[in-house]
Amino acid sequence: MFGKRIVAFLAIVVVAFAVMAGTSPWLLKGVKLGLDLKGGFEVLYEAVPYEGGVAVTPESLKQTANSLQKRVDASGLVEPEITTEGANRIRVKLPGVENEEEVRNLLAKPINLTFRAPDGEIMLTGTDFVENAAGLEFNELNRPVVTIKLKNAKKFEEVTSKLVGQTMSIYLDEQEISSPRVNQVIASDSAVIEMGNSSTQEARELRDLINMGSLPLKLEEKYTNSIGAKLGMESLKDTVTAGILGSVIVLVFMIIIFRLPGFVAAITIITYAWLLILVQNLMNATLTLPGIAAFVLGVGMAVDANIITAERIKEEIRSGKSMLSSLKAGSKSSFRTIMDANITGIISSAVLYFIGDGAIKGFALTMIFSILVSIVTNIYFARFLLDMLVRSNRFMKPGYYGVKESEIREL
Amino acid sequence: MNFDTKIRYDFVKNRNKYFMFSIGLTLVGIISLILFQLNFGVDFKAGTNIDVSIGQSVTQQDIKTTLDEAGFPDETPTIGGANNDRATIRFNDILDQEQSAKVLEALKAKYGEDVSAEVNVVSPDLAQEQGINTIWAILIASLGIMLYVMVRFEWRFALASNISILYDSFVVIAIFSIFRFEVDLPFIAAVLTTLGYSINDKIVIFDRIRENLRFSQHKNEEQLAHLVNASIWQTMARNLYTVLTVVIVTVCIFFLGSPSIKMFSLALLVGLVSGAYSTVFIASPLWFLFKRKEKQKPKAAAKPTP
Repeated sequence: MFGKRIVAFLAIVVVAFAVMAGTSPWLLKGVKLGLDLKGGFEVLYEAVPYEGGVAVTPESLKQTANSLQKRVDASGLVEPEITTEGANRIRVKLPGVENEEEVRNLLAKPINLTFRAPDGEIMLTGTDFVENAAGLEFNELNRPVVTIKLKNAKKFEEVTSKLVGQTMSIYLDEQEISSPRVNQVIASDSAVIEMGNSSTQEARELRDLINMGSLPLKLEEKYTNSIGAKLGMESLKDTVTAGILGSVIVLVFMIIIFRLPGFVAAITIITYAWLLILVQNLMNATLTLPGIAAFVLGVGMAVDANIITAERIKEEIRSGKSMLSSLKAGSKSSFRTIMDANITGIISSAVLYFIGDGAIKGFALTMIFSILVSIVTNIYFARFLLDMLVRSNRFMKPGYYGVKESEIREL
Repeated sequence: MNFDTKIRYDFVKNRNKYFMFSIGLTLVGIISLILFQLNFGVDFKAGTNIDVSIGQSVTQQDIKTTLDEAGFPDETPTIGGANNDRATIRFNDILDQEQSAKVLEALKAKYGEDVSAEVNVVSPDLAQEQGINTIWAILIASLGIMLYVMVRFEWRFALASNISILYDSFVVIAIFSIFRFEVDLPFIAAVLTTLGYSINDKIVIFDRIRENLRFSQHKNEEQLAHLVNASIWQTMARNLYTVLTVVIVTVCIFFLGSPSIKMFSLALLVGLVSGAYSTVFIASPLWFLFKRKEKQKPKAAAKPTP
């Protein structure tokens, strides 16, 4: 009843849709939503040295970001995302944070490194140390030790003479990091902290902490954005609804105008959407509101690729060629146009990606993925399907391609 | 010479009308930018933006009264959303944590716990930096596109398309200045997407012109004009369909999408329409002008061979 090719076509389409339908719930669950869609708090800090301090270095910035991460982790909040940006900025994203104020205070606090007596009295602070005061060395037993260097030998002598035989605990904020014993009075500006059985890793952390404490950076809020969870969900729902509605109208339009190629386009555009979500998930990309816009606009570009091909095929049919050679000629000549158009699209998105930040980066990245996925689905997959249908010899009337018989010229 | 194409309208012959129109629009845009600048949102002008979902329909006056009572007397909120249930309040000052909490509490006290908000604070120097980055982005992107077109086509196509896409980007900015629409960060994305879509259109038509050049000879200006007109008409259906589909999607997002990307879709809409217009009325006739010059003095234009 049906030709072999039609059966193959139907089989491919049915399998493809079954796979898409079957995996969609899992796929949608895997989408990583940005703060603007699920609510949360985002803040961009600019790190500046305290008065009289030295300039911000990449290391001190990184250490500061690490200490922020530690603080947020310690407070038990869900997955903070803390990244350094440029030479002196730190961006903190906290999804689902409700008591924003508490977190903000937690973050903005300077790195507070103190050396305390057993009774809790603060003996030394980070600023008592010289810049990059701490170093990592190994003693004769090949155990890691941390060396420190102070600004004022006299002060160190006073402190150690008070605490001989006792411990002098090192605190980051209110958390004890290490608790070395003072064995003798140290009348010098340098000392060695024996780490006992600690690992090299722990010694390294202590060194970094002391260095960070000696170089405290002040964090100034440059940009804050807090989004209520309900507002985020609403934005997501509204925009997705709008996008789906727009896409459905476009697909119906494609089928009405371009008939068979339009029908194939509808299949490949749905495949495109599915594949784009898959790629986004695999790349662990975050979907933001502008990202949804890019996604939907990608549908527009994908449709354009199909329109260029379909129009070209129409033209070839009108010129009197057979269906198969019209398909071949139309596909061939439209390929170059579509590729040129897509490559310029990638160029402008790449510029956006490198120049923009935050939401714009997300938009650009989605745009780039979308163009690449579109090339696969709307050029190669669409051609493959259409080729099968045309070769089946079932769709020989020009009407299937949106061409009127009267428009065809004699060769 | 025959391209089997019905020329329903002679774009090349009537080019000066459209050049005048576009130059006029550009001038109005420049004047508007000088006199009124842009209506910068919080992303570009330091300050605080609070976008609230109220959970029930409200009027501007309702929100204004609530703000007055909370101690923020001079703010004018705008109301949006499907059921007038979203309000956007723009403060010129940088509100600290306490102040923005006060605004939200006042709204919650009046409209209940359904109130959900986005509070966005930007400091002045960051805002300025973002503005400068945008201008760089447009210039670098258009330079990249120009180089690509130069390599794939030739300099005349590159120049004609670049003038047109920069014009399109400018039209978006000018329209936003003239109508006082708010310019926020996604607006940049819209301007750059305009660049991308617009060049897309130009490439489709230039590709056709190049193809027609290959298969035909033009001995004089009339034939060259005919070639350009035929190329425009051959790609007309594609241009219209594509613009129509993207406009459908953009309009859907504008009316039904989240208020935070409303301005984005509006900017894009302006850019799309301008892009489609400039492809037919500006880019193609411009290329004709450049190419015609070459025809008139072929010897002078040719480089001396070493």
